Formats: sequence, C-alpha cells, structure tokens
Amino acid sequence: MTESNDFVQIRHAQKSFGTLEVLKDISLNVARGQIVAIIGPSGSGKSTLLRAINDLDALTGGEVWLDGVQVNKKLPHRQYEKHINEMRQQIGMVFQHFNLFPHMTARENVTMAPKMLKGLTAEEADALAEEQLDKVGMLERIDYYPSQLSGGQKQRVAIARALAMKPKLMLFDEATSALDPELVGEVNQVMKKLAEEHMTMIIVTHEMDFAASVCDRVLFMDQGVVVEEGPPEQVFGNPQKDRTRAFLRKELDETE
Amino acid sequence: MDIDLMMRVYPFFLEAAWTTILLSVLTALLGLACGALGAAARLSRFTSLRLLGATYVSIFRGTPALIQLFILYFGGPQVGIQLDAFEAGVIGLGINAGAYMTETIRGAIISIDKGQREAARTLGLSQFQAFYKVILPQAARLMVRPLGVNLNMLIKATALVAAISVVELTYTAQRYIGSTYKPFEMFLLAGVLYMIIIYATGRGVSWLDRKVRIT
Repeated sequence: MTESNDFVQIRHAQKSFGTLEVLKDISLNVARGQIVAIIGPSGSGKSTLLRAINDLDALTGGEVWLDGVQVNKKLPHRQYEKHINEMRQQIGMVFQHFNLFPHMTARENVTMAPKMLKGLTAEEADALAEEQLDKVGMLERIDYYPSQLSGGQKQRVAIARALAMKPKLMLFDEATSALDPELVGEVNQVMKKLAEEHMTMIIVTHEMDFAASVCDRVLFMDQGVVVEEGPPEQVFGNPQKDRTRAFLRKELDETE
Repeated sequence: MDIDLMMRVYPFFLEAAWTTILLSVLTALLGLACGALGAAARLSRFTSLRLLGATYVSIFRGTPALIQLFILYFGGPQVGIQLDAFEAGVIGLGINAGAYMTETIRGAIISIDKGQREAARTLGLSQFQAFYKVILPQAARLMVRPLGVNLNMLIKATALVAAISVVELTYTAQRYIGSTYKPFEMFLLAGVLYMIIIYATGRGVSWLDRKVRIT
C-alpha cells in the first residue's frame, strides 16, 4: 500500500509510432478515489495514454504504477504475460464501442471472466451477475443477448462486466461517444453512481458538462502533452492557456 | 436413352457412391485438421511458422490436385512412400483441401473485431483464453458457410481419384462404359448421384449455419 496520492502513477510516459511521437513525457498521479477526466482534440494522445495504463498500447518509455506495483514491468515474455493478466484483473476498462461478447448473454458477459479467473461456482457467478447488473439497472435484461439491447444498455452491461472483476481502477475510453444523444444520460448516471462510491476513475471524454460535474481534476491534452490541468472550475472556468481556451470554445460551439 | 440398362447397373453405382462418401468424409476430416494447423501457423507470432503456413497454402493451391495425386501415388514408391490407391486418395485430397480450409479458417478468425480480443485481455484473460472463449466461438460460426463451400469442392474433387484407380463413382462409370459403350447413360447416372450427395451436404451445412447463428 502506498501513499494515497500515488495510487496511480504515470511517470514520463512516452510513446512513438516510428517517427511520430504521440505521447511526449507525460506524468500523472491519481489518488485513491479520485476521478480524472482527460479531454482534448482527437489525435491528442488521450486514448493512447489511457490504453497505456493497462498496457493495451505499450509505452515506448516511462512507467505505469498501480497501488505500488509497476504495471509495465520489464519481464521475459511468459512472466510478463502472467504479470499483466493479474494487473489487468484489477483495472476495469470500458470501450467506446462496448465490445460486448455477442455470443454470450448479459449474464455470461459478466460472469465469464470471474468464473474463469477466480474460480467462482455457478451459484456465486449468478449472484455476482445479478448484483452487478442490478447496479447498472440491467437486471431485467440479464438473459438478453447484446444484439437485443440498445447502445446505452450494452454500455451498462459492459460496465457491469468490468465491475464484476472488482477492479481497483476503472478506465473509460469515450464511453458515451458512440451513443445516440438520448442514451448518453443512462450511462452517465451509472458513472456518477460509481463516483459516489469513490471508485478511482480515469475518463477520456468529449462531454465537458459531465467532466465538470463529476470529476475532481481535468487534464487537457494536445499533441501528446498535457497542456493544462487542474480542478474543473479552473480548467473550464478560467483556462490559463490559449490552446485550452481555443479547444473549449470550439467544443462549446459544436454542442450548441 | 437406355433406361433399362441404367436400372440394371444402378445398384453397383450406389455401392460406388458409398465409396465416394467415405472418401469425402475422410478427406474432409483430414482437410479440417490440416486447415486448423495451417491457420494456426499462418496466425502464429513466429515468422518461421507464418512462412511455413504460407508456403503450404501456395504450393497446394498453386498446383493441380491431379498432379499432387500423381506425385503421391505414382511418384511416392520411388522415394519410399507406399500407399494403396484409396490411402493415397484420402491423403492427397485431404492435404489439398487443407490448403483451402487454412484460408477459410484464417479469414474467419481475422474478421473478428479486434475490440473483442481487447475486451477479453482487459478482463485479465490470457492470449489463449481470449482466443478459446471469445474469438474462436465467434469465428467458428462464421466458418460454417465457407467451409461448406470447401466441402462442396472437395466432394467433386474426389472424382479425380478415378485416375489412380480408386473404385468410386467416376471410376465405376468409366468401367461400365467399357463394357456397355453407353457413356451418356453411365456418366449421367454418376452425375445424378454426385448431385444428390452434394445437395444433401448443402442442406446439412445450411441447417448447421442456422442453428449456430447468434440471435
């Protein structure tokens, strides 16, 4: 257990694809229970940074730490696979396109990994599915297949699937960007509920209103660097940098 | 058209049709095994295995199946491979079909959205677990129809083993032409039996495809 301010640490994260540098020396600390929003234009590197936290996109340089353990440790292939699988069990992730398993019902989506990785019995798994799907308001659709659900419902099941592994940290990669506007609210509501339960969350989002109302801190990224960060009142209410102001003006114009 | 003659020889053709069916089933099983191995090689993270898989596919799709059979059956003894005609037929056609099935299986696997693998890995599943629990069940459903096409081709390709004297439908037709001088009737009879086999197989594939489709 480490100091609470160091619950999640990103140290000098750097990533390049050939000569293209998408992350340029980014450092970030997130305290336990904190909720951080990452905003910025597309191509700014915000999704890449988020995906580096659970090593879906490996960093070229720098370190990621979760609760005192380095996620992207340098280990021989086999040992690393074992290590990263254990780390990923503690890091829930929600994707823009849900990525539910289409050949499984909502229940099976939620229980597959806990059954496989934690050896839950059928009864325990069922209880877990009911608990998690109830939490996201999807209990009455427990035996539906993804194809029978709306986008918002799919995303809520996807959140339940991630929560079923009892993660220490949740990552949201534009979780509402693919949804019809009228379905965004139900997903945001679930995320708010998690915030109230003090789940540590890092959220990549285009929704400034949501970031302002739920998050403790906002990071504005552009061209692979953190241009500005601070509490939402400051970043949204009184941005210090020209680039932040220009971005926020453009975002507001688009939502109007 | 000599219907009477066709009625008289018909039981012998039926018997030959069973040989064609047996040949098809064994070839399909061997082909599926070769196809699964070939696809695994083609998708391996090791360059040498990928190269091996690609070479297998280009050799066996790049040469006539008849030549492959001739090399195995007539050329085999020269390099110490002694097979009877039926064995050579099954092995030759099976390896040939496997090359086509390699591409079918590989195609189905790579068509699964990469988000599926990412979601599975994110939950903590290993590469193998993600493949086995998430990718393969979806890919297998997509394979049914194209593998059905491979099966259709393979059944028709069994006619080639007449050339190495396996007593199946086509060979039987040729033999009866030798004694009756009625090629139209004999080939027609063989063709009808092939069509029945292929039609039944096609129905089976459609049924399976509907049964495994995700709702």
